Amino acid sequence: MIYKNMDASIQVNNLSKSYGNVQALKNINLDIKSGELFGLIGPDGAGKTTLFRLLATLLLPDEGSAKLCEIDNVSEYKKIRNFLGYMPGKFSLYQDLSVIENLRFFATVFNTRIEDNMDMIRDIWVQIEPFKNRLAGQLSGGMKQKLALCCALIHQPKILLLDEPTTGVDSVSRSEFWQMLKGLKERGVTIVVATPYMDEANLCDRVALIQDGEILQVNTPDEIVEQFGKKLYAVKSNDNYQTLLDLREFKSTNSVFLFGQSLHYTDTKNEASIDELKTYLANKGRSSTVVEKIKPSIEDCFMALSTKSKAHE
Amino acid sequence: MNRFIGFLRKEFYHIFRDKRSMLILFGMPIVQIMLFGYVISTDLKDIKMAVLDHSKDEYSAEIINKITSSGYFSLTDNLKSVKEADAVFKKGDVKLILVFEPDFGAKLIKNTRANIQILTDATDPNMANLEVNYLQGILQNYNVEINSDKKAPFSIQPKTRMYFNSNLESVFMFIPGIMATILMLVSAMMTSISIAREKELGTMEVLLVSPLNPLQIILGKVTPYLALSFINALVIIGMGYFIFGVPILGSFTLLMTETILFIFLALSIGIFISTISKNQQVAMMLSMFGLMLPTIILSGFIFPIRNMPLPLQIISDLIPPKWFIVILKNIMLKGVGIEYVWKETLILIAMTMGFIGLSLKKFKIRLE
Amino acid sequence: MNSKQKVIRVKNMYKKFGEFTANDDLSFEIEAGEIFGFLGANGAGKTTAIKILCGLSYPTSGEINVAGFDVYTERESVKRNIGYMSQKFSLYEDLTVFENIRFYGGIYGLSKSEINFKANDLLKKLDLEHARDKRISALPLGWKQKLAFSVAIFHDPKIVFLDEPTGGVDPVTRRQFWDLIYDAARAGITVFVTTHYMDEAEYCDRVSIMVDGKIEALNTPEKLKEQFHADDMDQVFLSLARKATNVE
Repeated sequence: MIYKNMDASIQVNNLSKSYGNVQALKNINLDIKSGELFGLIGPDGAGKTTLFRLLATLLLPDEGSAKLCEIDNVSEYKKIRNFLGYMPGKFSLYQDLSVIENLRFFATVFNTRIEDNMDMIRDIWVQIEPFKNRLAGQLSGGMKQKLALCCALIHQPKILLLDEPTTGVDSVSRSEFWQMLKGLKERGVTIVVATPYMDEANLCDRVALIQDGEILQVNTPDEIVEQFGKKLYAVKSNDNYQTLLDLREFKSTNSVFLFGQSLHYTDTKNEASIDELKTYLANKGRSSTVVEKIKPSIEDCFMALSTKSKAHE
Repeated sequence: MNRFIGFLRKEFYHIFRDKRSMLILFGMPIVQIMLFGYVISTDLKDIKMAVLDHSKDEYSAEIINKITSSGYFSLTDNLKSVKEADAVFKKGDVKLILVFEPDFGAKLIKNTRANIQILTDATDPNMANLEVNYLQGILQNYNVEINSDKKAPFSIQPKTRMYFNSNLESVFMFIPGIMATILMLVSAMMTSISIAREKELGTMEVLLVSPLNPLQIILGKVTPYLALSFINALVIIGMGYFIFGVPILGSFTLLMTETILFIFLALSIGIFISTISKNQQVAMMLSMFGLMLPTIILSGFIFPIRNMPLPLQIISDLIPPKWFIVILKNIMLKGVGIEYVWKETLILIAMTMGFIGLSLKKFKIRLE
Repeated sequence: MNSKQKVIRVKNMYKKFGEFTANDDLSFEIEAGEIFGFLGANGAGKTTAIKILCGLSYPTSGEINVAGFDVYTERESVKRNIGYMSQKFSLYEDLTVFENIRFYGGIYGLSKSEINFKANDLLKKLDLEHARDKRISALPLGWKQKLAFSVAIFHDPKIVFLDEPTGGVDPVTRRQFWDLIYDAARAGITVFVTTHYMDEAEYCDRVSIMVDGKIEALNTPEKLKEQFHADDMDQVFLSLARKATNVE
């Protein structure tokens, strides 16, 4: 391939995009390195899809610019389309074609053959090969995504854009999917993945947290956690929901959220007085209360950042 | 080239795996021809007729005999009084009542003139007209017959001959109309829907992001329909020729060339529709109401254009099938060459160019 | 706790599509006011089971009683006593907030004054009074989902079925949504919920996990974690779901 040794980085400068009155992206800046596994994490409607479509040369920005492999994605979009792999959010294969027919079709679209690229897709292909004559519409969610990934990889792209590949897929298939992405990363492909699942952030080299068209933070997952600021406590009792309601009334509460089997609590002071907390809850009638200091997760950070940015408005 | 063949293969898979597409493609032409050829015939046959004979003599009997033996009418009822007429028409079976005045035969011989009254159910005015005309024709013949031994001093004897369709077969008119409708349906509607489907399913996004350029995508999408439309055209002409005896008096090559031109036009309209519709539903609605209805109603297929009010006549000029039907009739029934249809051909060419230009301009390399 | 009324009783439920068994001998009982998590991988048979419980399709065999009614013979009564909300079907985008509420209230035969009274109450609770006459399409996703849930329980059903109600919603709104669920459960409404978020499984009173059409585990989150020696529900789920054979 001609593009073998190119620098597969992505630079985004001051990118903005509006649909009518709705500003979908506000002044986005990103610098994604060649070979990086980069996560774009945010809820539905945050602007992830718009950003992907802009990068994939499917939309024109209102302002700002983006470069993929150091090539401008507006003026030289045709060049970019040769080395870009793109998986849209909606399952975008032909449901009335079989697995192998889909793959063969996308190979011919890129003027190549499956055999020449088997190397690239073998790890994924072996998992769907047993069903190669089944119609794509009859595959399970996880299988569909694997097939879509194969089709997006068939021309050995340098940059892979995956828009919510794991949404609506069960957690077994999700973890398998991330395994595959790691394999691809080792081949030097730059991968940008959008996902609404916060826990998937830890699987990325770096992530951008995005909400309402704005990037809240870009960093490695570890750094983001470190910048959480306040001490975080897990609170458990015999009735978590009642405890949640109680803590909302508590004078020193900064934030309290349900979080799996416990509640995550931050205090107005950096360090909370665990005894005071326990006494308060005991007075409210909660028993077997456990309070312990814990390390925040990306989801904790996201909630903290998003409530902070909402408060600014 | 490899790419193109790959694209075609995929497109044929889509078509052959979708039962609805297959039905429209191959069931529709046959069903339509059968419908128009056999069921919806405007030719008269066994019209139910009643007689109110006040005279009951040999002349009235002979006339009734003549009428019923023509095959156009069949006698179902003998009325006793004119009061029954109303009730009979309301029942709905009988469309025509023939009334002979009292002493019909005697008057005819003695006074050389006798009266017959024809009553018709005119809820369907065209049919009523047709029935009266046929009946008058039969009576006219009888007139001539009984006067054949007498010398009328002056008399004009009109002899008619129907040019291009001597038996007035309505199927001659319908075959060109069905051709235009089916080709419009298959080429324009099916292509627009198939392109809109890719948009709806999100696969268009992937195709756009690939190195394929718009022209390659369009060619890949329309070529299968070009082939299938051509097969359909052959089927329709073949059925017309072999089953209904619709002649092809002109050059077959010219006929096919014009057909291909029309298919191109329909395809370019289909592409144009797909560029302005977001999903299959919109494409379907646009093709149905923007193409099918005008093709059936305003193209002269069923309703004669010269009877339309002027504004509609002008609109019908803008409808491509109108010109195609004129061309088809001229070549098939009149047997003329290009020198008689070059004007219509030029109009079709201009329209094709126009739509291709519009589509290329509108077809997006991006999503908005 | 034994005295609590059972609002869903399922005994030996089977659903077969030809050779394929989508629901294979399901048996469980759910108490009034319980939050019941119904988990399983894609294709494990969750949707099939929910359809049967909602009276939308017949089981092949088994005894199934929902809200006190038999799903074979009293489907209409079943439907009148349940609410349903999914990620896909929620509200009419081209109607306003109030028009949607009025429409659903009307379907269940609520009187005009009842609808008005309850609608005001609902809008106040959701803090959506300002959006009463806004079209649904103009609302952010999180609000839509919260509103859709409130509409699903507008007619005070005995049971509400939630099919992945929080998919794609931001983490803060997701928790606000669970506030609503808890609130409903406290008011005595039984909540039957499916989700892909394993942290949400922890919020349920009891959780069942389906694998290949069978319920492989059913207990409180605490007990399940003990049983499978797992730290959280994610691990419980993974260790069960990995056993799946016919995940295609």
